[in-house]
Amino acid sequence: MSEANGTLLSVRNLSMFYPVRGGFLQGHRGEVRAVDDVSFDIQAGETLGLVGESGCGKTTTGRCILRVVAPTAGELWYHPREGESVDLARLDTGGLLPWRQEIRMIFQDPFASLNPRLPVLEIVGECLKVNRGLRGSALEERVAELLGLVGLRPEYMRRYPHAFSGGERQRIGIARALALNPRLVVADEAVSALDVSVRSQTLNLLQDLQNEMQLTYLFISHDLSVIRYVCNRVAVMYVGKLVELADTRSLFLTPQHPYTEALLSSVPKPDPRVRSQRIVLEGDVPDPSQPPSGCHFHPRCRYAVDRCAEETPPLRETADGHHVACHLADEIELVGIHG
Amino acid sequence: MPVERQLPAEDLLLEVRDLHVHFPLDEGTVKAVAGVDFDVYRNRTLCVVGESGCGKSVSAQSILQLVDRPGRIVQGQIRFHRHDADGSVTVTDLAALRSSSRALRAIRGRHIGMVFQEPNTSLSPIHTVGNQISEVIQLHLGEDEEAARRRGIEMLERVGIARPAQNYDAYTFELSGGMRQRVMIAMALVCSPALLIADEPTTALDVTTQAQIMSLLQELQADFGMGVMLITHDLGVVAEMADDVVVMYLGQVAEYGDVDRIFHAPAHPYTKALLRSIPNLDFDQDIRLDSIRGMVPDPFHRPVGCPFGPRCDEVIEGRCEAENPPAFSLEEGGSVRCLHYEEVTLS
Ligand SMILES: Nc1ncnc2c1ncn2[C@@H]1O[C@H](COP(=O)(O)OP(=O)(O)OP(=O)(O)O)[C@@H](O)[C@H]1O
Ligand SMILES: Nc1ncnc2c1ncn2[C@@H]1O[C@H](COP(=O)(O)OP(=O)(O)O)[C@@H](O)[C@H]1O
Ligand code: SF4
Ligand code: SF4
Ligand SMILES: [Mg+2]
Ligand SMILES: [Mg+2]
Repeated sequence: MSEANGTLLSVRNLSMFYPVRGGFLQGHRGEVRAVDDVSFDIQAGETLGLVGESGCGKTTTGRCILRVVAPTAGELWYHPREGESVDLARLDTGGLLPWRQEIRMIFQDPFASLNPRLPVLEIVGECLKVNRGLRGSALEERVAELLGLVGLRPEYMRRYPHAFSGGERQRIGIARALALNPRLVVADEAVSALDVSVRSQTLNLLQDLQNEMQLTYLFISHDLSVIRYVCNRVAVMYVGKLVELADTRSLFLTPQHPYTEALLSSVPKPDPRVRSQRIVLEGDVPDPSQPPSGCHFHPRCRYAVDRCAEETPPLRETADGHHVACHLADEIELVGIHG
Repeated sequence: MPVERQLPAEDLLLEVRDLHVHFPLDEGTVKAVAGVDFDVYRNRTLCVVGESGCGKSVSAQSILQLVDRPGRIVQGQIRFHRHDADGSVTVTDLAALRSSSRALRAIRGRHIGMVFQEPNTSLSPIHTVGNQISEVIQLHLGEDEEAARRRGIEMLERVGIARPAQNYDAYTFELSGGMRQRVMIAMALVCSPALLIADEPTTALDVTTQAQIMSLLQELQADFGMGVMLITHDLGVVAEMADDVVVMYLGQVAEYGDVDRIFHAPAHPYTKALLRSIPNLDFDQDIRLDSIRGMVPDPFHRPVGCPFGPRCDEVIEGRCEAENPPAFSLEEGGSVRCLHYEEVTLS
């Protein structure tokens, strides 16, 4: 993937709390801390992975960046050009309009994310009509070009979504995301619903498009083997917080957070001769409306000491570009994928 | 299918032979299962792997005659070997029984337990965990409610449910996805069946929860000695869990063999391509993934000749387009449906 050349987006102290209502008086009972004080940068041209278990706040982070929701707190500094910066978190709908064309999303579910009543021409062409005022043959030409880009026949533009397989629908979703020549694409579990053979085709396509169009990806996935393939750097989330951030190689070979170590060890290796020494994490992911005290991971952490239940470890840089939020990061030896 | 694998005949639990299951629909007939053979043994795990729509679930559902309408077994045998405490073995062809017959209902849940792909649709939201477990126990073991409760709570504890007595009285919507899957496993195993069929039991779960469930299944198999038929599309899960592997493509068994051979000496071009296309955690692989060209044909347009022909890299011109290869036995054990192996067939 292409070399990094400057920061495209700086996420600073981002939080998104959803109110929890309940009881027969429907009173305010607290909040789900879906994203809790998260900071990271996305470099232009890179693919940054965001991993973690279901419910840890990955999608919510993506939705904040796309400003589908208004974050509870924090800043989203977008740097469209040298010397220019804009905080997306502070903009209203009107102010967001120009940036909405530059930051686009590819959704998880290729079945649910396409309107079944519209032909592909309308699905892919919608934003071109609205934002570029394209009509008639100019519109068809651009849609044909986009379909070609993702490896679909231009003749398919008159068909409806039901006539396509899962992998083809995901390509239609990709074509739609690319229609306005975006700079940053948030891909949320973009290949998770696809079978192995179609998944590898789609991952290769995303890489080719990145090179051709100088795209930057925030690649959200719970699948570490996919993350390892496409990402330059990886951020690991646990119950709304960032617990580790490093370049892909160091994260996989020398993880520094006990949660990352456990995640890596629980991926089944596709080789019966190396049946793994799994670290089986006990218990479930905590409820984000009642996260454990101190380090949220402490009830499941095999290295936890008394201090872990009391103090929340901050994210700090322990080696060049390697950030980790663990009190014991300098003291414990963790095992990576070659364990 | 001749299976020269020297597996102990006295441990044979299930023999599926030439199974065909069709769905007659308005647009045409879907041949979801088109001539499938496999065996399941006590104390061994058979993994069935293949891409979406290849017929894994329908094959599994056929064993207990749970295929959705209008699906129907149109040909083949499903011979279940019931081992009784006195050492006698009774063989029943489940395919020949009626779905609603008493004989089949006596086997379902008692001798063969099943965990389905969708835990949410197979657990009732309006009954407690306990209601659902004790129903199975009372039906098959004839125990009274109190004994059933004791047995049920014990089983919940065995599958790693925290505070089992409390959770016995919980509703399933109050449980996490991983706990629900444990409840499903407890229900499937509470009558100590000889065979457990598990259809993608971990697909909807996180890797960490998946690791918990896989360890649990391995432990339970070591304790109870049951045969396991595990359906998955994840080759990592297969490598971790299987003794024997069935690779399915378009309703047929493309390749069958022991897990080590399938991964280290795959024979069928489809198996080889599948193995090449999986992303791996290692860094010694090329950064570009191999992929299988084209896609699985839709069920109404099955290719003539070898079903994998249109996507195969090793086509024999003039033959693969015309012949659907039968299963050839491999010298090293197992079988493969590919014309390249015609000569090596043992007869
Ligand atoms: N109720 C049904 N009516 C019509 N066709 C069906 C029905 N159930 C399954 N089929 C068809 O039978 C074939 C095999 O389906 P099956 O569910 O066994 O696939 P699978 O291998 O389990 O796939 P997955 O990995 O997606 O679970 C498919 O072509 C499917 O569309
Ligand atoms: N609109 C919403 N209202 C209330 N809670 C929400 C909403 N969206 C997400 N959440 C909660 O926030 C947490 C993080 O969710 P999400 O970002 O979707 O996780 P992920 O994508 O990592 O699986 C979860 O506990 C989820 O239930
Ligand atoms: S801070 Fe403590 S509990 Fe948290 S990950 Fe580190 S050792 Fe474990
Ligand atoms: S029979 Fe021919 S087309 Fe089929 S898998 Fe073998 S070589 Fe390929
Ligand atoms: Mg999500
Ligand atoms: Mg299935």
